[in-house]
Amino acid sequence: MSEILEIRWHGRGGQGAKTAALLFADAALSLGMYIQAFPEYGPERMGAPVQSFNRLAKNPITIHCGITSPKIVVVLDPTLMASVDVTSGLLENGSIIVNTSKSPAEIRAELGLKKGKVYTVDASKIATEKIGRNIPNTPMLGALTKVSAILDFSAMIKDTEEKLKKKFAHKPEIIKGNIEAIKTAYETVKGEG
Amino acid sequence: MPVLARTGNEAMAEAMRQINPDVVAAYPISPATEVVMIFSKFVADGLVDTEFVAVESEHSAMSACVGAASAGCRVMTGTSSQGLQLMSEILPIASALRQPIVLCEVNRALSGPINIHCDHSDTMAVRDFGWLQIFSENAQEAYDSVLQMIKIVEDVKVRLPGMVTTDGFIISHCMEKIETLEDAEVKTYLGEHKKMNSTLDLTKPITLGSLDLQDYYFEHRMPMAQAMIEAKEVILKVGQEFGAKYGRPYGLLEKYKLDDAEVAIVAMGSTCGTARVVIDELREKGIKAGMLKLRVFRPFPAAEVAEVLAGVKSIAVLDRSDSLSSQGGPLYTEVRSALYDAKTKPVLSNYIYGLGGREINLEDLRQIFSEQKSNQSGKIVYFGVRE
Repeated sequence: MSEILEIRWHGRGGQGAKTAALLFADAALSLGMYIQAFPEYGPERMGAPVQSFNRLAKNPITIHCGITSPKIVVVLDPTLMASVDVTSGLLENGSIIVNTSKSPAEIRAELGLKKGKVYTVDASKIATEKIGRNIPNTPMLGALTKVSAILDFSAMIKDTEEKLKKKFAHKPEIIKGNIEAIKTAYETVKGEG
Repeated sequence: MPVLARTGNEAMAEAMRQINPDVVAAYPISPATEVVMIFSKFVADGLVDTEFVAVESEHSAMSACVGAASAGCRVMTGTSSQGLQLMSEILPIASALRQPIVLCEVNRALSGPINIHCDHSDTMAVRDFGWLQIFSENAQEAYDSVLQMIKIVEDVKVRLPGMVTTDGFIISHCMEKIETLEDAEVKTYLGEHKKMNSTLDLTKPITLGSLDLQDYYFEHRMPMAQAMIEAKEVILKVGQEFGAKYGRPYGLLEKYKLDDAEVAIVAMGSTCGTARVVIDELREKGIKAGMLKLRVFRPFPAAEVAEVLAGVKSIAVLDRSDSLSSQGGPLYTEVRSALYDAKTKPVLSNYIYGLGGREINLEDLRQIFSEQKSNQSGKIVYFGVRE
């Protein structure tokens, strides 16, 4: 089990938690890894708390149950921390990455977290500036790539750009913004001390 | 071979695109909706030559499939749960008319209460309708088995319809790494579709679906039973040939660390993948654990099951459905029956689990293995259900 990296994404319906998990897995696949990406399924409501998941490994992944002890947690919306236990099951040596303008120390205090590492990045600001809308999922991909250190960043950027070109063939103008947002988040994600 | 990131539904739709069937008639239902939704996009984009019939119900979907297949077309569809049940008036007609229709089925609980998540109740409910049934552990197996199923059902010894299943959401909506064949390779692999007994062949007029009473009905049912017996060899042959060509061999069942196992489970679908991890763990601790993964439920490979389970001391059969028979789940009763003539009979228990998508995780499987030591044969456990 130790060789499988497990990731949990927290977001709200419509913020792209599912898409982010798919994009991250797809990029990892292109770099030769075995992958899984799956959302938590329930009633789909815009704005309601949702989760999605990734497994990444160098060897084939056969396990098909849910993820309860993630190594990395990604929080797309900091207001979720008030109502959802985002650190539930986080491994002792795990990491949590939160989209917020606050510092990692402030977030650690808010979560009352005694373990792991805390990272923050202002993904909403980055998305608003670079994409023109508060869609924090793509910048969070950049932050996750930095923190997980499992993917080569330039290869990941190249792959994601190709995927976005296919997905948004009819809206090419948003691709450049998304790629810049990923790069900015990769460069500006902050750890503790 | 192309390496892709695909969900179970996308993998099945991709296989359908490459098969390029003459007719697809379907009605959407969660979690199988995407299979036909993605396929209908292939139709709209002109990537296939298929006549897509958007019907108003699954009953009509299967009726249209039978009609098209009777005309000699290669026909496919997809559905799940209540959709499969709404087809169920027509399913035995498809098999009795010996129409080689292939259905992509996504396993989902039956209503009620309403539940959209995975169990095998829907597929098990139609197990005696003369359809071949293949279960997939993951998206790769779903893709491979859909291609193979076309070959199997069109074999002149079989000529029965078949369904390939994935586990709802667990596989249907989980994106994984799959290897596909090139489009041209699929075309070569499947070969030309040969029409048989087409109602549109005016030089050889035939009647299908006529009244058939005490005098001949029985004689017309018997060849179906024979075809189901012969299907076993065809499934095996097709699975081995697929392995020889593409490196992924398939059988009726798969033994996982079973040969010297003292304690084992029998399971189908996605749970088998999770169980592999637990079996590896137990083996590292020196416990001789193993698994029989059943791929083909219809025809039921009873002799093969009995042979591979013969030496195992204790076996838990995992059923992701309950037949409400008071005698355990459908897989359990089949396995138990298969072992009736075995010289050494294992301790055989039944775990009915995961109904309505209830999670089955590593800890659950560890518990099932550890309970084997003290289980009495014939014990039926409703695993994890709250009182």
